[in-house]
Amino acid sequence: MRATHSIHGGIHPVEAKALSAPGTVLDAGIPDKLVLPLSQHIGRQPEVIVEVGETVKGGQVLALGDGPMSVPLHAPTSGTITAIDDRAVPHPSGLTNRCIELSCDGNDDWVALEGLANWREIDRTALISAISLSGVAGMGGAGFPTAVKLNSPATQPIRTLIINGTECEPYISADDTLMQIDAPAIVEGAEILAHIVNAEEILFAVEDNKPIALAAMQEAVDASESNCRREVMSFPTKYPSGGEKQLIEILTGLQVPSGGLPAHLGIVCQNPGTAVAVREAILMGKPLTERIVTLTGRALNKPGNYRVRLGTPISHLLAVTAFDPKDNQRLIHGGPMMGFALESSDVPIIKTTNCVLVPTEQELPTPPPAQACIRCGLCAEACPASLLPQQLYWYARAKDQEQLEKHHLFDCIECGACSWVCPSHIPLVQYYRAAKGSIVDTRAEKTRSDRSRDRFEARQERVERELAAREAQRAARRAAAQKKAEQGADDDPIAAAIARAKAKKQTAEDPLGAPAGNDES
Amino acid sequence: MSFIETQPLLAALIALLGLGVTFGAILGFASIRFRTEGNPLADQINQILPQTQCGQCGYPGCKPYATAIADGDAINKCPPGGQETIDALADLLDVESMTLDAEHGEEKAPKVAYIREEDCIGCTKCIQACPVDAILGAAKLMHTVIADECTGCDLCLDPCPVDCIDMIERKTGIQHWRWELPSDNLIASDRAAA
Repeated sequence: MRATHSIHGGIHPVEAKALSAPGTVLDAGIPDKLVLPLSQHIGRQPEVIVEVGETVKGGQVLALGDGPMSVPLHAPTSGTITAIDDRAVPHPSGLTNRCIELSCDGNDDWVALEGLANWREIDRTALISAISLSGVAGMGGAGFPTAVKLNSPATQPIRTLIINGTECEPYISADDTLMQIDAPAIVEGAEILAHIVNAEEILFAVEDNKPIALAAMQEAVDASESNCRREVMSFPTKYPSGGEKQLIEILTGLQVPSGGLPAHLGIVCQNPGTAVAVREAILMGKPLTERIVTLTGRALNKPGNYRVRLGTPISHLLAVTAFDPKDNQRLIHGGPMMGFALESSDVPIIKTTNCVLVPTEQELPTPPPAQACIRCGLCAEACPASLLPQQLYWYARAKDQEQLEKHHLFDCIECGACSWVCPSHIPLVQYYRAAKGSIVDTRAEKTRSDRSRDRFEARQERVERELAAREAQRAARRAAAQKKAEQGADDDPIAAAIARAKAKKQTAEDPLGAPAGNDES
Repeated sequence: MSFIETQPLLAALIALLGLGVTFGAILGFASIRFRTEGNPLADQINQILPQTQCGQCGYPGCKPYATAIADGDAINKCPPGGQETIDALADLLDVESMTLDAEHGEEKAPKVAYIREEDCIGCTKCIQACPVDAILGAAKLMHTVIADECTGCDLCLDPCPVDCIDMIERKTGIQHWRWELPSDNLIASDRAAA
């Protein structure tokens, strides 16, 4: 096996992964109603193409992707569309967003699906569009449309495909479970992905706290044929080794440059869940409508990894996992490090939900109030991106955007290691998130105001030009009139008009004249 | 005996005069040759102003106000820019920051104009009033606002004879939500009170 490298910083929080018993998948069943948010990925919201009252079958398209940075949404089972409105969605803001409500009929009828069994002979653009049409978005947590990630320009050839089965965040064991039970599907999905990006090698990355998954992956790799060089790589457990840039450094020793993408190094990373979704999309034509979710925490009596249809309300899952309300303090979407608290249990599971954590107060105590920074420097030691969290903290408080950018705020992966080690319990990551948001807003405002300035100036110029043109016309007319006047009084248009009017009046007064009444009235 | 030794005073005067003339000539040449077009300070100020072109400051647009500030006008007359703009201007001009002059309006959330299209009679008055050409339409035909270009300046409201223009908030919804900075440090004893 190739030697792995190590990254700066990192922490070793309590893993608590055994709680959700990785290796077994339970079925969460079909709830009465599914709530499907239109935005389950990064990018544009897809456009709804169904109406309230319409009956749909499983796999039917409910909303079509709007442009390349958007993926469609499919019905996870059969039933009737009962509402299209704004509902609470899994988002740290607790705000609502457009959702489709599907009342399930329980029959789970599906539309006929058609796969592309001969994918090796099919053009990569056709495969990428098949993946996009199946609604696949990164299932590791960020939800980046997979098709966009695979569609790297010819100037940036991809050499290495990494299947990121690190799953370094405590409690979560969804990818571990998938690797244990479905390793051959992951390997085949990776094969399809490698074919699409034309990669030379595939690296399967698994942390060494998942020996069963590691063995299963190795076995699946040994049992299958491939045109690529393949390797299952294991490395010491440390949080956050699963961050894309961190993992690349661990596996290859290369650092993704600040502000750069893995594609700049000829690398693309995909989650094992995404690999399986891609395999199903290509081989069976099956859209992404379900995923494995770790439902865990000591407030649940039946924690575990569940196969959940997208749109399943968390309240349904709490019932399935025999949730004990008296112990519960919080409902967390994601893991304990990077997840966020949900305000309501009505929010649904979406494509990026890898875990729902329901801890007891004892298990995950509410953080004590923040105290003053004592400049101990533990955060700088823990930062996996080699940043200076303390400096960033001061600048975020001072709202000094220039210094924040100089100190590479945007290289922060928001892993939470700095907050975790902070003896003063300062919620550092929240400072960085807020600072990032305000910098993004400031940049957008700057672009807007630059455009407005250009438009204002262009308009001013045009108005002046029009005024000048009108002035010139007026001057020309005046000059012409003057010229005419100079030519002789005979031609005086006013005198001529008076003469004409007099003549007309005379004719009108004369009763024997022309039949004036007709044209005058 | 040289001239310097016999007439030291005169020599010094001549030398200084010579230097003065030389440097004066260089400076004079430079001031013509390297003349800066426009008013660089006003341009810098204009970069900071929000470019709403609303005229609430009393000047017909952001650039005239920027020129006025460069000539010594107060920096707190821009409600759309709000406190942030005033602070940035104070920073640039190295003067004391102040609060917004209430006479010119108050700081409001960014708005965007919206024409109720069924009520629009197509009079083109709003089109002529828009400082950034963000309204589209023609005489006796319905008008509409290009929302991305609208600065929310309110200038189209007054001319409209049928009051069919609404100002709606620009940044709502989940895409515009941002994390807030945590509240300031609390020590344990404060927490009971909080």
